[in-house]
Amino acid sequence: MTEAPPYPQKRTCPYEPPAGYREIAERGPVLKVTLFDGREAWMVTGYRESREILTHPNLSSQRTHPGFPIVAPRFRSQIARTLALIAMDPPVHDVYRRYLNPHFSLKSVRRMRPEVERIVAGFVDRIVEHGPPADLVPLLAVPLPSLVICRHLGVPYEDHDFFQDASGKVMLGTEEESATAAQDLFDYIDRLVAEQIKDPSDGLLGTLVRERVVTGDIGHDELVSIALVLLIAAHETTSSSLALGVITLLEHPEQLALLREDPERLPGAVEELLRYIATTDLVATRVAKGDIEIAGHLIREGEGVLVSGTLANRDAAVHERADELDVLREDSHHLTFGFGIHQCLGQNLARMELEVAFQELFTRIPGIRLAAPVPELPILGAGTVQRVLRLPVAW
Amino acid sequence: MTAVWVSADQERCISGGRCMAATSEVFDQDEEGLVVVLTPQVAPELEDRVRKAAYLCPSRAIRIGDGPTQG
Repeated sequence: MTEAPPYPQKRTCPYEPPAGYREIAERGPVLKVTLFDGREAWMVTGYRESREILTHPNLSSQRTHPGFPIVAPRFRSQIARTLALIAMDPPVHDVYRRYLNPHFSLKSVRRMRPEVERIVAGFVDRIVEHGPPADLVPLLAVPLPSLVICRHLGVPYEDHDFFQDASGKVMLGTEEESATAAQDLFDYIDRLVAEQIKDPSDGLLGTLVRERVVTGDIGHDELVSIALVLLIAAHETTSSSLALGVITLLEHPEQLALLREDPERLPGAVEELLRYIATTDLVATRVAKGDIEIAGHLIREGEGVLVSGTLANRDAAVHERADELDVLREDSHHLTFGFGIHQCLGQNLARMELEVAFQELFTRIPGIRLAAPVPELPILGAGTVQRVLRLPVAW
Repeated sequence: MTAVWVSADQERCISGGRCMAATSEVFDQDEEGLVVVLTPQVAPELEDRVRKAAYLCPSRAIRIGDGPTQG
């Protein structure tokens, strides 16, 4: 029996799978991998098999289960293990999800578009004023999702600066800065929820107070937990997809040219970038709560299960020219937002933010180019969200 | 040629909106964000896109059959 390869592995190019994943893909579509703590977990790398397992009734998100796989040290914390929605199974998961669905549906996200366009235009104004070279991470990628979720939740205007500053530190600070900023954000949300319960405003938090807290469905603590998960999920993923999307397009000028030829191609291009980049290297961390048979393997109750978005999105059994970026492709479907009942609640908001940002950036700054070679861009993250810490551009 | 019919289960729906994005002629969302089928009998020229919508649905809430679904 060959040894289970290590997972996750660090990318050397921000949008390409690390070299070691080739071996993992070859041994797929289902194999065992070794995690950082020496434990083993099952990994699914095939697209079809990922869809199958993510809709299997014996797959559980209960992070407090002793067999739940921990893929990086930061997921050991109590907060990470008890996240609303993400760490829940039905029936509780479904109840919470239904509270939020109306506020993240495709239709409600489309109503938010004009405001997101104004927000993005404001950030691009500041980039143009700043002049080259400009670092798109602090000037656009980090503050955009922060401000959008801030407005959606109904964070008071005077707190926007604190909010963006704290979320920036959570993502870009040293380990100590990041932990302090996360605690500050938690304390802030805790106070904000208390205020909203006394005097609900028009944003999502106020709406949830009126729809769910007043009715006795949930209390203060549950609302804090929901707000926290919306914040965490909205930030890092969208921010990273934006930065990596810009890098990928600038590194594929013929693809960017196709996009510029016809703005109607933008939604398809965003889908293809989501597939190709797979910002969420790992799209699911689960534990089997009963035996699962898949692709000739038997996953036993209590064993950990991981799904690799990076590899499933580039499964040659499903995607033609799987390793090629093609913004015009028809088969751009992907697992970047997951699959099954946990599929990303904010997926349509994320798509819209990316569309608006790419449109504005590449139209307003036509001569935009990378001001540093890709190998020099500092990369963070392995097995979770792939990000760059700096993205200097010039024009 | 047999006509294709589509139905959607609101109990399973998670409001991903992939169906509506793929085929807005056939799928809509109600105020709760849940799937609504506008035209259960699918026009032949929309069949491929309806099949794509069913394939993309993360919670497998969309069913395609050769007749109308009861209830």
